[in-house]
Amino acid sequence: MTTLATTTSVSLEARDVHLAFGPNRVLRGVDLTVPRGATACVIGPSGSGKSTLLRTLNRLIEPDRGDVLLDGRSVLRDDPDALRQRVGMVFQQFNLFPHLSVLRNITLALRRLRKLGEDEAVAVARAHLELVGIAGRADSRPAQLSGGQQQRVAIARALALRPEVMLFDEATSALDPELVKGVLGVMADLSAAGMTMVVVTHEMGFARHVADTVAFMDRGVVLEAGPPERIFEGAEHPRLRRFLAQVL
Amino acid sequence: MDPLSTLWETFFDADAMREALPEMLTVGLPNTLILAVSAALLGTVFGLLLAVAGISRSRWLRWPARVYTDVFRGLPAAATILLIGVGLAPLGMRVWGPDPYPLGILALSLIAAAYIGEIFRSGIQSVEATQLEGARALGFSWADAMRLVIIPQGIRRVLPAWVNQLIALIKDSSLVYFLGLVASQRELFRIGQDYAATTGNESALLLAGLFYLALTVPLTHVVNAIDRRLRHGRPATAPDDEDEDVALSGVTDGSTEGDRR
Repeated sequence: MTTLATTTSVSLEARDVHLAFGPNRVLRGVDLTVPRGATACVIGPSGSGKSTLLRTLNRLIEPDRGDVLLDGRSVLRDDPDALRQRVGMVFQQFNLFPHLSVLRNITLALRRLRKLGEDEAVAVARAHLELVGIAGRADSRPAQLSGGQQQRVAIARALALRPEVMLFDEATSALDPELVKGVLGVMADLSAAGMTMVVVTHEMGFARHVADTVAFMDRGVVLEAGPPERIFEGAEHPRLRRFLAQVL
Repeated sequence: MDPLSTLWETFFDADAMREALPEMLTVGLPNTLILAVSAALLGTVFGLLLAVAGISRSRWLRWPARVYTDVFRGLPAAATILLIGVGLAPLGMRVWGPDPYPLGILALSLIAAAYIGEIFRSGIQSVEATQLEGARALGFSWADAMRLVIIPQGIRRVLPAWVNQLIALIKDSSLVYFLGLVASQRELFRIGQDYAATTGNESALLLAGLFYLALTVPLTHVVNAIDRRLRHGRPATAPDDEDEDVALSGVTDGSTEGDRR
């Protein structure tokens, strides 16, 4: 994991990010700082804007106001496609391409975007499948894999592009309980290897043990953020305390 | 003669069929194939463009696609073929001479494109938005994401409907006879009809019908086979389907314990 994943990770910062869908103000000034190599977990009730925040970080949704910085530099004026090649993203529903084999899911972007030759792309893809422990299923279709395996393919697909930051949007929420552990394990390895990560999650155990920072979002703002011990043991905000009482 | 044997002779006169067969094989069949295959290719390409225009975010692409589809789907095929084949004949005369095929193929393509465009559009729109998001998140442009991820999936979903349209096209190719064909340009239907008209016996026309069936029925089955193949990948991986548990425990080397369905 160490050698392949994280040689190039950078810091990530969101500054006063605002976003409204019509009258619905989804993000109302979000600040989030993730130092290089750190893992930030974003927790909070559904509808608090966690997933939307994640999508503004790689500009799948353009923020109305505020700034997003990678390595200390604003990326809002960059070519969004180029930005997204620097920021890997893993989704709740995996979003693998069902018409392609597991291997082709990974080589597609390597060939088309990174312009690698066929042999090199296949080698990179196989190395990353090995990394997430599913080298044996390279020729299967995604639908033939378990949810946990599919999600690990999705992680391999994102990592193969050598991202500088990884975003995880409730990566284990759609998995059967017994499959959650394997995926969280891969994510923890990646975090330990020094990848800069923003992880939207309902897995409080993961947040507590893997995160460097935990940010609690509610109604479009980060109400409280800090090291996991402080968030889980010494929460100040009553809403955070109420939320933790419900989920722990 | 009793009515039943009259009926038999009208449709199943072996001699009449034998007489028409050589010309059907050497002239009619190739011509029908030329018309149908060219129009299928053009109509599919044009239909795909229409489908993409139809889901474009620009109304300047969407509206023309909409109007085009309404018009060419709404007109009788015979009317369209006559309008284009006769209406553009002076123009065609200058470009390629009196041959009615190019305009006939054009007219057939334009009609097929209107239907195929709607088929493709419905397929493309049925692909989940998460697929587009997944592709965009990897760094693909909207156009690349559509071309590499969304459209291939969308088209696969509507292959059977697309084949329906090709079958209709093969049959509609008979309508180019409206444009006036010389003997060597006649396709299956026209040859059958000519024999029927000269002999007063319908057997040659029935033979033409059998030719159409020989083209259309296998087409359905071939595409169904392709459809299955696309859904499940190459046959080599097929055993995974039936025997997932065994395959999983056997093949996944480094998988975490418990990560099995």
